[in-house]
Amino acid sequence: MKIDRRCFLSLGIGAAAGITLSPLPWKITDDLSIWTQNWPWTPVPPDGKTINKKSACQLCPGGCGIAVRRIDKRVVKIEGLKGHPVNDGGLCTLGLSAAQLLYSPFRIQAPVKKVNGKWRKISWDDALATITTKMTELREEGKAHTVAGIIGGERGTVSMLWQRLFKAYGSPNLMRNTSMEDAYSLVLQKTQGNRVLPGFDFENADFVLSFGSGLIDGWGSPVRMFRALGDMKNRQAKFVQVEPRLSNTAAKADQWLPIIPGTEALLALGLIHVILSESLYQVRFVEQHCEGFDNFKKMVLETYPPEQVAKATGIKVETIKELGREFARAKNPLAVCGRGQGLTPGSFQETAAVHVLNALTGNLGEKGGVLAMPAGPEYEEWPEVEPDDVAAEALQQKRLDGAGGDEFPDAGDLPTRLAQVINTGKGDGIQLLFISGANPVYTLPDTKAVQKALAAIPFKVSFATHMDESAEMADLILPNHCFLERYEDVPVAAGLTSPIVNLAVPVVKPMYNTKHVGDSIIAIAQALGDEIADAFSWENYKTCLKETLGDEKWEKLTEEGYWVDEEFKPVPWKEGFKSAATKFIFPDPARLNHPPVSASGDAKQFPLTLIACDSMRLAGGAVGSPPFLIKITPDSVLLKEDLVVEINPATAADLGLKEGAQAVLATPKGSGRVRVHLDHGIRPGLVAMARGLGHGAHDKYLAGKGLNTNAFIGPVDDPDSGYDAAWGISASLAKA
Amino acid sequence: MSTADDNEREVHGQETDADGGGHDSGTTVREGGGFVLLFFIIGFAASLVVGWLIFPNLLYSQKKQPFDFNHALHMGEVDNGCESCHFFREDGTYSGVPKLAQCVACHEDVQGDTQDETIFVEKYVSKKREVPWRVYSRQPDCVFFSHAAHVKMAKMDCVTCHGHIGESTSLPVYEENRLTGYSRDIEGHHLENLLCLKKNTADRMKMDDCAECHLEKTGRKTSVQTEKDGCFVCHK
Ligand code: SF4
Repeated sequence: MKIDRRCFLSLGIGAAAGITLSPLPWKITDDLSIWTQNWPWTPVPPDGKTINKKSACQLCPGGCGIAVRRIDKRVVKIEGLKGHPVNDGGLCTLGLSAAQLLYSPFRIQAPVKKVNGKWRKISWDDALATITTKMTELREEGKAHTVAGIIGGERGTVSMLWQRLFKAYGSPNLMRNTSMEDAYSLVLQKTQGNRVLPGFDFENADFVLSFGSGLIDGWGSPVRMFRALGDMKNRQAKFVQVEPRLSNTAAKADQWLPIIPGTEALLALGLIHVILSESLYQVRFVEQHCEGFDNFKKMVLETYPPEQVAKATGIKVETIKELGREFARAKNPLAVCGRGQGLTPGSFQETAAVHVLNALTGNLGEKGGVLAMPAGPEYEEWPEVEPDDVAAEALQQKRLDGAGGDEFPDAGDLPTRLAQVINTGKGDGIQLLFISGANPVYTLPDTKAVQKALAAIPFKVSFATHMDESAEMADLILPNHCFLERYEDVPVAAGLTSPIVNLAVPVVKPMYNTKHVGDSIIAIAQALGDEIADAFSWENYKTCLKETLGDEKWEKLTEEGYWVDEEFKPVPWKEGFKSAATKFIFPDPARLNHPPVSASGDAKQFPLTLIACDSMRLAGGAVGSPPFLIKITPDSVLLKEDLVVEINPATAADLGLKEGAQAVLATPKGSGRVRVHLDHGIRPGLVAMARGLGHGAHDKYLAGKGLNTNAFIGPVDDPDSGYDAAWGISASLAKA
Repeated sequence: MSTADDNEREVHGQETDADGGGHDSGTTVREGGGFVLLFFIIGFAASLVVGWLIFPNLLYSQKKQPFDFNHALHMGEVDNGCESCHFFREDGTYSGVPKLAQCVACHEDVQGDTQDETIFVEKYVSKKREVPWRVYSRQPDCVFFSHAAHVKMAKMDCVTCHGHIGESTSLPVYEENRLTGYSRDIEGHHLENLLCLKKNTADRMKMDDCAECHLEKTGRKTSVQTEKDGCFVCHK
């Protein structure tokens, strides 16, 4: 007997048979498959208690209510607040991704001061003391008016606190960001007698004529507009879009008129011509409730016959006539303007012409028309500020931006003029600039000029939450809480038809060593002492907010998240207007009878025209797009790091450019490398560029991607109001 | 295998030729036959031992809980049975293992003189640290399980799935599958569980067990492939 190889083979076979009859291979196979479904390195969010909080979105003026879901202390989801009068459960992509802003690694985590070009953490006491010392010194030197501020919005308690601080301290130079609401509000003041805001009753209109407004691209209150437009389709209301490019909005319209950009005012006046010459207007309105009609009519009939308008706008005479008739004959027609998202105010001429178009059909204050909405929310009044002698004297100084001055008496704020004023050395130089709720270095047109102007200001204080472009240029940052960490009232206008106030509440405790900007303002004022401190007697911002809202509103707001003025009723035109003569005053013909604001730049050197376009996939304002938005931005807008501009294939053929080709885009304000995307949906001769890219700061998901429209397009002062009326700029595009 | 055997025979054939046919090659085969069988049996038996006894023990690591817990003792103190501590929140979600906040009402200070109590109070309560309990019944993240659906709607009682843990005076050792990270309570402790046999519902809680019960109780065969309840009932 011998132990040979066969024995070992047999051993192996036996072992194999035994193993097969044991659980080992089957269990391992099963476990391996389970293991692949539960890889230990896949992050699994911790489980916990679900908490839902009602709050308000503050990322755009839209005024949506939000429902924030938390698991224990962590925000995991933001949804639209069900039953909210603006968005009723809906939300836009920016609002949906707001949690990424809360947890962004680029939050400013503590007050910091720039020392030799580097940020150094300091204490809140030191930060506030630095400011008050500076402010006290300037006041003692009689330079109170050289303290300036750029802030985000006009309404709401934070903005009211800023205004109060500037009044008590004695500087007229507090500037708000402007938008189409400013142009509208001016037109309403001139024609209807009070500085109100427009409300647009899309829900009841049966014919909507939009002059370039991106109704589903973020204009007005974006989520409300999605619904309103969808609802219009169901009601079979007609919608006509006048826009040089086939935007998302234009694509959804029943009729798209690809107009030559910048001539929208002329088209509106041409339509008015049709309505006047064919007597299609509301006779009773004109006869009983108007002033200045005859002069206006004469001017329009002489200057804007459809034939002339057709030549300038590129829209056929017949189309103009038909559109004019159809609009006037509709039961509830509504015309709106404000290009794209309405971030640029636009010219008085254009806004006034569109408003008159509405007025002539008799839709003012009526169902489906333009309503006069209160300019601010009804709050408990604060005691009047009594500026001391120093402040009273400083307040006599002219505003640096020229708003309310001899040249532009009608304008409220002109931040777009600031860079130009500072760079040309006019006026006393600003010594101290506050930036709160705004990112002027990114959002103001002509970036280079703005950077130069800001660099010339010796001390800049930012109240930013994230390290944005303006915060980077600041000398001191007093970081505000993120909007999900703070109380704040959010009065909404945005073209809605009822006055609404939302309340943002801290859905999570502040994550870092930040401070509510309202508390910072109160602390600064109290440290300045005397009359200034007296004007700020609140213990903190929360008490100020509570007192200002009053018990009833506060209770309703903390419970429901929003407050609607149930008693508000629009005043129909039949009940008269607020002007001295209680009539509708037709705009001064001279203010409308001139060529529209044109794109600046030498036509030979820059034969094309660059326009900016807005989209819901990118945040174009002071808030930088969170990573989620960059993910959903298509390759036809941003290809890796490259900005993609849109041109017509005919333009591309002229320039010898193919789809995806690299090119150099240049305008009188700047130049940069881009790629081109060919699209038949844009007028030949135009170059379209998406707004919201080209950030220099923020996180790595946003910084360095694409180019900023503001680096290419400069501001154009509207000759009538001073508001920025730029709609584009001359440009050139050449093969790279 | 047959190839190997053929080779074997060829080799022997050559040997025979070389020796001039003096030996009977058949004898060699017969002589080795006993060993071959023996070795087969050894291999067979050894691998059965490995597969049935050693492997299951190797597969699981034994982990201790941070400290021991006496369910029976607590059951005597509360009025509402399991739900006194493992309750449903107002919104219908299930609270699971109690958080520290629930315990501190009684355990702010050391109660009694067990060492476990001291560990609890000193290491966790006073430091406000949550106890990192190992959960025997934790399903992986790819499974959506709703206690409300089972307890409130299907009116199942806790014992059906969790066994008689509520009557236990100390916590069992937590055995963790080294490959999957599952608790052994999910996979079953006994050999018959490995053989896909089980006596009680609580003995094993793998996917097939869920599916079996779902089929029995609901009769739904929404999944065409498995003829059982749909995948998305649990895998959302
Ligand atoms: S539309 Fe504006 S307010 Fe509404 S969710 Fe989007 S960003 Fe927020």
